[in-house]
Amino acid sequence: MRPCLQILSSETIERIVSEAYDLLSDPGVCVHSDRALHLLAEHGAEVDFEAQVARIPADLACQAVETAPSSFHLYDLDGQPVVHYGDDDVHFDPGSAAIEILDHGAKHSRSPVTADFVRFVKLADGLDTLDATATSLVCADVPQEIADLYRLYLVLLYTRKPVVTGAFAVETWGTMKDLLVTVAGSEEALAERPAAVFDACPSPPLLWSEITCENLMDCAQYRVPAELVSMPLAGATGPATLLGAVVQHTAENLSGVTIHQLVNPGAPIVWGGSPAAFDMRTGTPPMGAIETMMIDCAYAEVGKHLGLPTHAYLGMSDAKVVDAQCGFESGIGAVLGALAGVNMISGPGMLDFESCFSLEKLVIDAEIVGMAKRLVAGMVEREAPLALEVIRQVGHAGHFLSTPHTRRWFREELFIPSPVVDRDFRRGWEAKGSLDAAERAHQRVEEIIAAYEPQPPPAEIVHELEAITLRAAQSAGMDRLPNRE
Amino acid sequence: MSETLKRLQETVILGEPGEARELAAQALEAGVAPLTAIEEALNPGMRVVGDRFERGEYFIPDLVMAAEAMKGAMAVFEPALMARREQRHVPGIVVIGTVDGDIHEIGKSLVATMLSAAGFQVYDLGVDVPASEFVERVQETGANVVGLSALLTTTMRNQGVVIEALKEAGLREQVKVIIGGAPASPEWAQTIGADAYAENANEAVAVVQGLLGNDNGSKMGVGK
Repeated sequence: MRPCLQILSSETIERIVSEAYDLLSDPGVCVHSDRALHLLAEHGAEVDFEAQVARIPADLACQAVETAPSSFHLYDLDGQPVVHYGDDDVHFDPGSAAIEILDHGAKHSRSPVTADFVRFVKLADGLDTLDATATSLVCADVPQEIADLYRLYLVLLYTRKPVVTGAFAVETWGTMKDLLVTVAGSEEALAERPAAVFDACPSPPLLWSEITCENLMDCAQYRVPAELVSMPLAGATGPATLLGAVVQHTAENLSGVTIHQLVNPGAPIVWGGSPAAFDMRTGTPPMGAIETMMIDCAYAEVGKHLGLPTHAYLGMSDAKVVDAQCGFESGIGAVLGALAGVNMISGPGMLDFESCFSLEKLVIDAEIVGMAKRLVAGMVEREAPLALEVIRQVGHAGHFLSTPHTRRWFREELFIPSPVVDRDFRRGWEAKGSLDAAERAHQRVEEIIAAYEPQPPPAEIVHELEAITLRAAQSAGMDRLPNRE
Repeated sequence: MSETLKRLQETVILGEPGEARELAAQALEAGVAPLTAIEEALNPGMRVVGDRFERGEYFIPDLVMAAEAMKGAMAVFEPALMARREQRHVPGIVVIGTVDGDIHEIGKSLVATMLSAAGFQVYDLGVDVPASEFVERVQETGANVVGLSALLTTTMRNQGVVIEALKEAGLREQVKVIIGGAPASPEWAQTIGADAYAENANEAVAVVQGLLGNDNGSKMGVGK
């Protein structure tokens, strides 16, 4: 049996959903997109175009939940379905999007540049427990106007893994779509076998900015998967009660599903989020707080109740360096998310309230992910009877290491960690230099990047990707793209 | 190397005791000299296994099963050697056990397994072994190595008691004493007058080979 976490009673889920539907019509949702407002009005929402507020009837939202698919796949660049958004299947991708990077051993973070991003993609490519990659760093050596699409361009050059990404502007979404179409071959092929999912973040409380709303509708139109990332801060931009925050999250996501499905019923959409508790001492949004994780797991239950694929930002830490807090917050979050059956968990590598990335943290988190996945794989009845035979065979003397039974099963029963996890005797650990986790992680970062084997797309596709990105760069005032390595 | 010997070596690398026994018998039938089979198939097979363990590709059960395969083949070759009045090179005779008052088995058994796979003649006395029994068995077997295991801080001093008993029996000069177990350490070895300490089964083989001055021989399963 699969171990799982249940944080809400079914009565509470019903109450949350019911209140969320009520909020959609009173006070309604603020939508900064005429295209979306018109669409909503056409389908029976009561729209105040001046105030840009739509009162969405419950049945309209209900219908959208019905037409949204309960599952879909993300494909790698070789066309293999590697991520299943659906059921209780759990996948992990690096957190995003960091505007800072922390070098090994440093106390101060700095702005990442192209070379950092390339190292990141190579590293994530080599970490097997990560099912997808992400556009995790925002490069400071290109103009802000192309920062979003530039990340996707680099990802497509350096990895075959699917990617969790997002656009920072209305126009750039189209360019990012063009990059994906170049790799997929056609718009139809991209819709058929999507390799990317786009985050779309409403602004709490109950507001859709023009950028995210347009991005969301563009995703629907081209059937590129979208991920709703509602993010109330309990007590600041949402109610202080944890369940109150979940109600607001549900309402925001329901309005997103409605707008999305009205554009193109049946287009893939994910019930995601990045809500947080609010630290009442410092005024920060702690991603490593247990209450943040509780809100995440609770909204995932709501999403499952509605029959939608789920996503969450978990496995992150608010620590500033790769220390004990970094490990325990990330570990707790990843394990809870896996137990909650969240389909895509974004977070590995991320520090400092989703703002700073550490390659060393990423390799440590990859071990956490391996353990979390092992946990939800559960205790399996490998044989029937379970163990009578082998225990009788060994009897009262001897040991199980020399039975074929041990060798038959140990690889399947154990998650075997990389040397980042120290399980040596103390003297063995000392003989290897008495390295702490961050130092071992740094060694592994360099090993994986050094062992990276390029599998670039065909030359003509690389050429086209470069041409698209360069055109965007030139219109943003940059003549040539930065050197990549 | 003949096809049979290649396959015999493979059974060691893959840790298949039954198949190893069968192929050893086939090799003898085909007229292969047992010494040739040991030196050309079994020993190099164990070296491959040791290398893979060092590289992190193999794990303890792989190591143990390889040793079991080695044992399976040797069970066929030993009588053949006797019949031919030949002797394989035995690097040493080992008496090993967990000391008085301590019933922890696994570490000691692993060391015994790896030493026999390295060609040593191993007498495993089991657990909770009184000092007097170590002394008797050393006398009986003419052992030149004694392995003492202890897992508890309360029993580790009995490692020293065995060494004292060996001294009293006038056997201390005849044997090298190696100790192991969680609370033991190189410093503890020195305190109680043991010759060496080893961290794990793999390292124990190298340490014993080093003590006997034949570490240039079979390097199979050599530790860090």
